[in-house]
Amino acid sequence: MKIKKNVAISESGFIFNPTTGDSFSTNPIGLEIIRMLKDDKSKDEIRKSILSKYITDESTFEKDYYDFVMMLQTNQVADDSE
Amino acid sequence: MKQKITVAVSGLNNIDSPGPGIPVIRALKESKDFDVRIIGLSYETLEPGLYMHDLVDKSYQIPFPGAGIDSLLERIYYIHNQEKLDVIIPNFDAELANFMKIEPLLKSDLGISMFLPTQEQFDERHKANLFEFGEKHGVDVPFSKMMFNTSEIPVISKEFSYPMVVKGKFYDAYIAYNAEQVANYFNKISAKWGLPIIIQEYVFGSEVNVTALGDGKGNAISAVPMRKLFITDKGKAWAGISLDDEELVNIANRVISSSKWRGGMELEFIKTAENKYYLLEINPRFPAWVYLAAGCGQNQPEALVKLALGQNVPPYKAYDIGKMFIRYSFDMIVDLKEFEQISTIGEL
Amino acid sequence: MEKIRYERPVIKKLNTGVMNKYGTRTEYTPVTNIDGARVKDLISEFGSPLFVMSEQTIRKTYKDAVRAFTTRYPKVQFAWSYKTHYNNAICSVFHQEGSWSEVVSGFEYNKALLNGVPGNKIIFNGPDKTDDDLILAINNESMIHIDHLDELYRIIELTDELKKRPKVAIRVNMDTGVYPMWDRFGFNYESGQAWDAINKIILTNKMDLIGLHTHIGTFMLTPSAYAVAATKLLDLAFHIKSKFGKNITYIDMGGGFASRNTLKGSYLMGADSVPTFDDYAEAICSALLNSEYSKEDLPLLILESGRSLVDEAGFLLGTVLANKRLSDGRKATIMDFGVNILFTSFWYEHKISPAQEFSHYTEDSVIYGPLCMNIDVIRENITLPPMKKGDNVVVHTVGAYNMTQWMQFIAMRPNIVMIDMDGKPHLIRKKETLEYMNSLEITPEYLKDFKL
Repeated sequence: MKIKKNVAISESGFIFNPTTGDSFSTNPIGLEIIRMLKDDKSKDEIRKSILSKYITDESTFEKDYYDFVMMLQTNQVADDSE
Repeated sequence: MKQKITVAVSGLNNIDSPGPGIPVIRALKESKDFDVRIIGLSYETLEPGLYMHDLVDKSYQIPFPGAGIDSLLERIYYIHNQEKLDVIIPNFDAELANFMKIEPLLKSDLGISMFLPTQEQFDERHKANLFEFGEKHGVDVPFSKMMFNTSEIPVISKEFSYPMVVKGKFYDAYIAYNAEQVANYFNKISAKWGLPIIIQEYVFGSEVNVTALGDGKGNAISAVPMRKLFITDKGKAWAGISLDDEELVNIANRVISSSKWRGGMELEFIKTAENKYYLLEINPRFPAWVYLAAGCGQNQPEALVKLALGQNVPPYKAYDIGKMFIRYSFDMIVDLKEFEQISTIGEL
Repeated sequence: MEKIRYERPVIKKLNTGVMNKYGTRTEYTPVTNIDGARVKDLISEFGSPLFVMSEQTIRKTYKDAVRAFTTRYPKVQFAWSYKTHYNNAICSVFHQEGSWSEVVSGFEYNKALLNGVPGNKIIFNGPDKTDDDLILAINNESMIHIDHLDELYRIIELTDELKKRPKVAIRVNMDTGVYPMWDRFGFNYESGQAWDAINKIILTNKMDLIGLHTHIGTFMLTPSAYAVAATKLLDLAFHIKSKFGKNITYIDMGGGFASRNTLKGSYLMGADSVPTFDDYAEAICSALLNSEYSKEDLPLLILESGRSLVDEAGFLLGTVLANKRLSDGRKATIMDFGVNILFTSFWYEHKISPAQEFSHYTEDSVIYGPLCMNIDVIRENITLPPMKKGDNVVVHTVGAYNMTQWMQFIAMRPNIVMIDMDGKPHLIRKKETLEYMNSLEITPEYLKDFKL
């Protein structure tokens, strides 16, 4: 799972995919995850980082992460290769 | 020395079927008496006016009318805090109901002026009520009746002759030549816009329109008639020409003086071969071609701002006849940064 | 390092440009308490889902309605529409405020009596009145509103047996220019049925015709229809006066005023576009005052408002059971309440607020109930902040009809509490239990034995 190289990500949570021409907005935690994905962080690293920073639990994160990543793929912000 | 004012304007959708916002702004920018700072109010992030920085000084997104009066008020308080608004000119039909309700509050709380029709004026010119409006104010309106059920067709057919016009409460109109077509259009329109359906006498002739401004006391400050020279496939004017038509101006004056219309309006007429005028519709705001009025010497948006600010405005007397407008489209080049800004923070 | 409040990560496409925080209809302002009672506390004490009624809102709304009419017309009386919400505590609030009762069945009639309403302050409407009901109402001198000729003849028969003169009115239906026309109740005005019935009542001389009643529809958005209706009723009253020399004591304009709910498919929010009590009062009262009645002869104006008086006072608290992603990419949130207890979601876009703080990021979602049925949809499309399992929501404007028309289906009907004027919650209807449900059922002995 990788964020496509040419995808532009801005401070404000605005995301632009120049291949498709689509733009998106994301919330701060979404932005954080996308940044970590872009930096090639593993899911494990991302989980650790989020769990240490936010009040949540493993299973909630697991569920939400799966859903978020699926949306990134559906929207072609990420490609689905491992 | 021009008076410096800040005016917020909506309807920045200057697309192929344009809203009146940009024409209103152009007219205001040409004012001889005001130095106007324009605040754009937009609903969508792709409204072209947002990106026309030579006309619109700063823009803010505002909530859709369906979000309710409270969220609109909250947003206007915020905008006013940044910009110190003097006047707001809403230009969308759908937003007028909410703005009319908050007009007194904005005046008393923030000192912001508007110049909108009253609820009663707004209601009585609704399509479904237009026939009564015509009777009340002495204007010919094609005979029309409301219909709620297709079982009424046989009865209605006796009161009208074919062809007849089948219209929706808000939009859509079709010409029906027989009962089957009436039923067909009834179903088609009611599925989209609900009931009632309006059945209207078909009047043959050419369409002539008037953009006008009433001072709320019965005086027509301005009325400029125009005939569309060419229309787009959406029925919008592509080009038009100002007319020397005293009768039409008189009818507009009569409507304004009898209804004491307050604010801008567009009157749509059919002129028959026998030179009779039938009122088809009243839009409770300026039309998108209102800049033609300014071009003919009657700057209606400027006059509306003066009325809103409580200044004395004598009625305009003359306008240039035979002035034309020709609409064109124009591709702006816009940086993605700007789209990002309006999309994420709602300001540009 | 202190941890930050967690929010589900969301991403939203912007291509149409309408979906930022200012653009769409969002209902994300959190509602954390109702009249000072914390939503979280209410749920932990009384469970979820939970219906909450605000006594403060009921009294305020009632006073507002009374003010709108009494400032325009000298003689006004409200009669609480029991079918809208016949919980005894709610009815008692209305009776304390001075409202009579309006009932449509023997069950409601007896409820009103047990609540302490005197028989002569009960209006008995509806097409279904049994002999027992009629006898009770006649003996109690209640106002019986006759719905059809069969009922009229039955009352005539009963007067002979009881040797009493019942106090009656007839229900009149009419064309007020509003569709659909409610012509299934009462006697039609235009066809002369109503005038016929009036003549029969007066000429048989077995009962006193004291009033005229109409109820032109429900959720009426055009106040002018009431003016038409009032004018037509007065027209009948005049005919009665000129032919029989009798004055009608009251005109009952029924109910049907809209609440501040948003009907499905309407563009503007209900709260901004529905007429106010003042609008309705202006239409009805001017029609009455502009009639040829002298001031002394003006009839009492009775109003049977239900929905408009109680809808806003009702809230439904609920809890998120789960989130789902539908096959088309939309977000779905499943709540612990469904259409069985919130059946008004079939025609209202009920406003739903989260009951805890959120950021301004939102998602478009569908709200489903917990029933195993496809029709169990609370909102087809709503923009809400990302919510997680266990989060609470507040559904607004649910006080009318839900707590009388709710269904016991799959699960038990929940508790109802009322928050009093000091912010203190009172349980006013207990959650149903398995024991209670089973106590109504009888299994024949021979079915009790089986082996699996």
